[in-house]
Amino acid sequence: MSNTYDLIVIGGGPAGMSSAIYGSRSRLNTLVLESKRKTGGQPSTYHDMENYPGVPETTAPELMDNFREHAEKFNTEFERGEVVDLEVNGLEKIVKTKKGTEYKAKSVVLATGAEPRKLGIEGEEELKGKGVSYCATCDADIFEGLDVVVVGNGNSAVEESIYLTKFVENLTMIVIHDEGVMDAEKILQEKAMENDTIDFVWNSVVEEIKGEGMVEKAVVKNIKTGEKQELDCHGVFFFVGRVPNTDFLKGTIELTENGYIKTNDEMETNQPGVYAVGDVRNKVVRQVITAAGDGATAAVMAQGYIEEEDYWQNNVLKSDNSVLVAFWSVTDQESMDMISELESMGIEDNDYRFVKIDTYKNRLISNRYDIEEIPTIVKLVDGEVTEKLVEPSTKEIESIL
Amino acid sequence: MLELGKENFEDEVLNSDGVVLVDFWSDNCDLCLDLMPDVEVLAEEYGDDIKFAKLNIKGNRRLAIGQKVLGLPSIVLYEDGEKVEHLSGDELEVEDIREAIEARV
Repeated sequence: MSNTYDLIVIGGGPAGMSSAIYGSRSRLNTLVLESKRKTGGQPSTYHDMENYPGVPETTAPELMDNFREHAEKFNTEFERGEVVDLEVNGLEKIVKTKKGTEYKAKSVVLATGAEPRKLGIEGEEELKGKGVSYCATCDADIFEGLDVVVVGNGNSAVEESIYLTKFVENLTMIVIHDEGVMDAEKILQEKAMENDTIDFVWNSVVEEIKGEGMVEKAVVKNIKTGEKQELDCHGVFFFVGRVPNTDFLKGTIELTENGYIKTNDEMETNQPGVYAVGDVRNKVVRQVITAAGDGATAAVMAQGYIEEEDYWQNNVLKSDNSVLVAFWSVTDQESMDMISELESMGIEDNDYRFVKIDTYKNRLISNRYDIEEIPTIVKLVDGEVTEKLVEPSTKEIESIL
Repeated sequence: MLELGKENFEDEVLNSDGVVLVDFWSDNCDLCLDLMPDVEVLAEEYGDDIKFAKLNIKGNRRLAIGQKVLGLPSIVLYEDGEKVEHLSGDELEVEDIREAIEARV
């Protein structure tokens, strides 16, 4: 088997797997490349999942297992591999993994997500896996009956804290804001406030983690008073935002200052046929359902892109005859009149190939040939433009034949 | 792989000569469960040189913490009863474990 696909999805989280479900169901030969041992992305490391519409009772890992099963049902292929390079040569995109494997596809969906942000404070890296954790479900068992500190106050921080209270003895949330102010949704804040196991330290940050070979103390600093205190604990969990995984795209794909991928409403990046979905995309709301929506949009766009490009390659660029392309739209009467006129001229009898492009449906080709007004006629010989006529008269058309 | 618990940890690991690998795991740790088949493959490959053992931290938490294991999955290597290597974290790969083993056989 060659490593050639219609669609390659980089990243097996909810956004990527939604693209795969839509892609493979539309008969696109689809591959998902996932760098981690397990697909599911971010939600596979969380527990609670209360807001995925239509699935009132589930857990996040369980929902992600269902996404995978759904994609496999439509014959999506899954492979493990960390992508280190993306090359775009027109319709051919080449994806390279760390191990040196090369894959080719007509279209690529970038769904690499974001990973937990590290604060970079003293003790954080040294004590990782020795009490410093970024994954509550992974480590909850260990902290049964122990005291832990949670840094952060967004949705993840609060949800995971509530989950951890089923295991731990005491949990202290370190919140940078004034008393009673958190970034998490109201419903989560209320749950946390009502939970007897959770204590709050307001206006504060964790400055250092201390311990010999394992976490023993967290140094907490009040940012208003400058006062420091040491909290005895066995675990420190960080939920302080995330950073996008886009290093390998620099120079190829347009990114924001913070490293997120710029897209339009159709998930298109600056490279035709390359889409970005989910948390890696520059947007405000980052939920499983919005990731899934992104994924569906990108797959539908990719399907259209592949059809248009395939058609253009086979009928225009690779045509043995010269090609006359008429750009038209149903909303423009003049262009429709021109189409019927051209059809009555019997162009194909003169060894010409006649191709019609609907500029409303096929923006890709229209944009590539800078079609600003319709009707426009373009003549191509051996794939190269030799004539371009904007709103031509019959005489002008005849003159280029 | 040898199952460890409070009753045999000292004999089988701390008082054991040679190299012992202990896979600390729990039922709630998906990554541990995913990794374990790979560790079992290593156990077949290197089983003659190294003792392979696993410890479910459920019911053995104090023991795990005593070994400074506070994150799962954790793979700890002991040499003549001394802790010599501790691999941990969600990016832990079977290749990392193999490397650590290779360095000691």
